[in-house]
Amino acid sequence: MNARAVEPRAAMLLAAFIALIFQVVPLPAWLSIVRPAFLVIVILYWSISAPRAGGLFFPFVCGLALDVFRGAVLGEHALALVVVAFLAIRFHLLIRNKPLFEQALFVFAALALYEFMIWAIDGWSGHSLNSGLRWLHPVTGGLLWPVACGLLSRTHRPR
Amino acid sequence: MHSRVAATGLSFTFYATIAIVLMFLDQRGQWLDYARYGLSAAAYPVQLAVDSPSAAWRWLREIAATREALRRENSALLDRNRALELRTLRMEALAAENAQLRALGAALPDVARKWLPAEVMNVELSTLRQRVIINKGATSGVFKGQAVLASGGLMGQVMRAGPWSSEVILITDPEHAVPVQVLRNGLRTIAVGQGNAGVLTLPYLPVNSDIKVDDLLVTSGLGGVFPAGYPVARVTDVGRDPGQPLAQVHAQPLAAIDRDREVSLVWFTPGHPASPAPLAEAAPPPAMRSEPQPAPSEPK
Repeated sequence: MNARAVEPRAAMLLAAFIALIFQVVPLPAWLSIVRPAFLVIVILYWSISAPRAGGLFFPFVCGLALDVFRGAVLGEHALALVVVAFLAIRFHLLIRNKPLFEQALFVFAALALYEFMIWAIDGWSGHSLNSGLRWLHPVTGGLLWPVACGLLSRTHRPR
Repeated sequence: MHSRVAATGLSFTFYATIAIVLMFLDQRGQWLDYARYGLSAAAYPVQLAVDSPSAAWRWLREIAATREALRRENSALLDRNRALELRTLRMEALAAENAQLRALGAALPDVARKWLPAEVMNVELSTLRQRVIINKGATSGVFKGQAVLASGGLMGQVMRAGPWSSEVILITDPEHAVPVQVLRNGLRTIAVGQGNAGVLTLPYLPVNSDIKVDDLLVTSGLGGVFPAGYPVARVTDVGRDPGQPLAQVHAQPLAAIDRDREVSLVWFTPGHPASPAPLAEAAPPPAMRSEPQPAPSEPK
């Protein structure tokens, strides 16, 4: 690891901001159901490819932003994002060297875990919403992973 | 390497704890209301940015509207205005008559004291929940729990008021329930959202209750949020299975919930018999209680 390598902080912020906008842009209902969790995918990408740049502060703040935009209990998405990002940072060396397909499987699992936590917190806080449709987006998220990797790796020099 | 892993674990514990404490504080009590107010102010520019393409499109269309189209629209509106005027012509007389029948001295003022038009912003909150953002907030006097009406009928209520925008929960949200009554016979029940813009269900009606397709449901005024008598929905189908204790009743909201962009925020006259029954008192005011069963009015 090159100590001189610049941490892609500006790219991180910009990508997260764009992802946040993509998450709140209105879409037709059927498209909206399969809309991947862009922000989670972006956080996963940075946690894996630049684990020391943002640490866990960055996922935490992004999660809070999501809470505000979604009108959820404050801290709900923040907790889920911090957990997912922590796992990604902890195992980033393991994941980074895998082929894209296996990475996509990991991303699918992470998104499913994320959605499970949101579902659980929704239930505990008395806003339960039991719809099978909420489990669809991890699939599209996993499918999107290679594309997201291709796009995001252009914004910095991958190590 | 080892210390770095430990550091990540430590910061994970730190942020996870903060998040859990935040959730706890947000759930219990109003301690975080100010923080949320500030955060929703910070979110407003992004909401505006997301809304701006469709706003620009609407603006362009308005600009490009031809003189001919405007004239046609104007004459249509004038016609509609005339029809509405004719329909309200007898209102005054009816109100006086109603006051007489109820043995009140004078006709009551209108239950709606003040209106504020607002526009739905084109921002998506959550896919499976039915919530919208409107472009009026606490600086315009909007408050939590305020009723929101659309042109056809009841639309929802304000869930959270930010400084310049507020979050509205629609009556079709799975977490929302409206106390309603059937206009035809005063039967009271609760209409619950389904998470689908076109459907409300009435899950608490016994199989033998008197409800039919095409019955109009209006707000009953109980529950402390909505005033009595505003149209909510029309019954679309009634399923009676003799083996089940409850009927399966569905209704369609009268407001075009997913299409209406213009909504109205309403302030109600406090103390009016039709205004929302306050939740603090356990019993509704006497005027409310005697409303559905037409009590024989004793001549004084």
